[in-house]
Amino acid sequence: MSARPTLAVWKFSSCDGCQLTLLDCEDELLAVAEHVDIAHFTEMSSASVDGPYDVSLVEGSVTTAADRERILAIREASGLLVTIGACAAAGGIQALRNFTSVAELARGVYAHPEYLDTLETSTAIADHVGVDLELHGCPIDRHQLLEVISALLAGRRPVLPSYSVCQECKQRATVCLLVARGRACLGPVTRAGCGALCPSLDRGCFGCFGPAESANTASLARRLAADGTSQAQLSRLFRTFNAGAPAFRKESVAHDAPPAER
Amino acid sequence: MNETSAMLLDSGGLDRLIGVLGARGFRTIGPVVADGAIGPGPIRHVVDLPQGWHDEQAPGSYRLHRDDDPRLFAWAVGPRSWKGELFPPRSVVWRSSGEGDSLEIVPVVDEAPPVAVIGARPCELAALSILDRVLGTSTHPDPVYRARREAAFVAVVECSTPASTCFCTSMGTGPAVGDDRAGDEGVDLVLTELAGDERHHFLVRAASPLGGEVLAELGGEPAPGWAWSARDRLLAAAEGAIGRALDTDGLAPLLARNLDHPRWDEVAERCLSCGNCTLACPTCFCSSVEDVSDLTGTVERHRRWDSCFDLGYSYVHGGPVRTSVSSRYRQWATHKLSTWFDQFSTAGCVGCGRCITWCPVGIDLTEEAAAIRASDGAGARAYARAGAAGGDQP
Repeated sequence: MSARPTLAVWKFSSCDGCQLTLLDCEDELLAVAEHVDIAHFTEMSSASVDGPYDVSLVEGSVTTAADRERILAIREASGLLVTIGACAAAGGIQALRNFTSVAELARGVYAHPEYLDTLETSTAIADHVGVDLELHGCPIDRHQLLEVISALLAGRRPVLPSYSVCQECKQRATVCLLVARGRACLGPVTRAGCGALCPSLDRGCFGCFGPAESANTASLARRLAADGTSQAQLSRLFRTFNAGAPAFRKESVAHDAPPAER
Repeated sequence: MNETSAMLLDSGGLDRLIGVLGARGFRTIGPVVADGAIGPGPIRHVVDLPQGWHDEQAPGSYRLHRDDDPRLFAWAVGPRSWKGELFPPRSVVWRSSGEGDSLEIVPVVDEAPPVAVIGARPCELAALSILDRVLGTSTHPDPVYRARREAAFVAVVECSTPASTCFCTSMGTGPAVGDDRAGDEGVDLVLTELAGDERHHFLVRAASPLGGEVLAELGGEPAPGWAWSARDRLLAAAEGAIGRALDTDGLAPLLARNLDHPRWDEVAERCLSCGNCTLACPTCFCSSVEDVSDLTGTVERHRRWDSCFDLGYSYVHGGPVRTSVSSRYRQWATHKLSTWFDQFSTAGCVGCGRCITWCPVGIDLTEEAAAIRASDGAGARAYARAGAAGGDQP
């Protein structure tokens, strides 16, 4: 990379929360701007510099035929492609459509569904192009974003955990909500990175960073069921922001009611 | 045990103990109730201690309740051991600035004030003695642990109310100090809480010169004979209340010859590989170092707790060595109960039961060891059959 590498930020189907995390780096934002040339970032400026770009941050999932074409062009124009957030990594909350019929949903929501031009599924960026690094979370953690930018500038591997949220709870001395309170918590099967934010605020982990490496969702589901979590609740627990992540998808489907009972 | 220097204190005397240690410059910490559990926290007076609180523990479950019991230590062990106070979850090893010829690497010296632990358990004292061997006096000691441990004051309270997950009697670490491995080493004061017939006292004996000095400052009366017999009755009852056992007879070689036992795969069906057992364990000492740089050019090397349940933990050049969860559970269990003897001449387990209580799916180390004992050699027989059928032996 040159002395001031260029950075582009791209949006697909998403809420913009992850790219706004870059602007949320308030104290460090000037240092970021000093070290990288922000060439394309529409949440910050409508001015845009043409590619190629040293690094592209890609937010959002692929939900339209146009998205599918655009991500190919972005991949072509980018040195490193880093996806940011659960939408880009697993299809996001909009991947709920993957479990049902889009036509049916569109009829239920829109007065004129015929104006919609959308794909049957919401899919991860990595389903379409090669991805160099994925930042997880809904939204991503700004410390992780800064870590990635710092690591890329220093030419080192970023330190990003693949272990469970439980480790972060233990490191910050949060008492286990599952064991001490019997609360439903996805921490044991969820990738760390948030600093165990929700459990520290007395709320079980939502799993917004997606499955941890070796996530044994079936065993956790058995425990939660023994505590009184219903099958329907289990299905919903695994079917949120990372519904499309294979481990969570499989577990949520395992707790679906049989078709006849729906 | 020196019976002549023992004193009998009331709860006012315990309050003075906290005050005297604070006046000597110690950061006084003890068990406090927070977020539904008892764990280490700052204490300034005896009222900060968990009077009347009791814990109810089972595999994967922990609940607190309170009654009008006057006792301060009528509970077993909480989720956090004292390990975190002496071996913090994350510490900065060094810091550097500049680059090229002007690069400077500055070791970071831990400047935490000395800590006084009031209310560790005998099993936890045994855990500290293990950590002393691993992190304190080994060839490559951890500087933070060593400095904090050397400066620390430790007052142990003997155990009157074990939990259902406790098995210290199997490991020789409790419920009394002086049982096998929970010897008088590395502790300054040993307390026994005595309550009954409207009386509430602490039998306190010094176990180090500093402990003796501090005890002399507290006043109180020399321990009468009834206090010693009350202590004996209390500890005998506590010992009788331990309901869980780990058969340690030949356990190290038993596990060593059962590395291919099918039980490892069975436990992996349940194991979440979340690492809770290792992080709650008072003797698990594994850590990783991470280099962190920021945009201002500062580079730091951090040491942080790690767990053998992480895939990344066994990463060597080319990839991780222990890819299956069964191999990770086996690594942990055989280290605790078998290979730890080869390394440190002792078991790595003190029988505190935390790994059982704080496992979200309640995996029980004693049950796993018993299952392997019950079908010793099962994996080897599977190989023998494969071999007889003409299959390759691994």
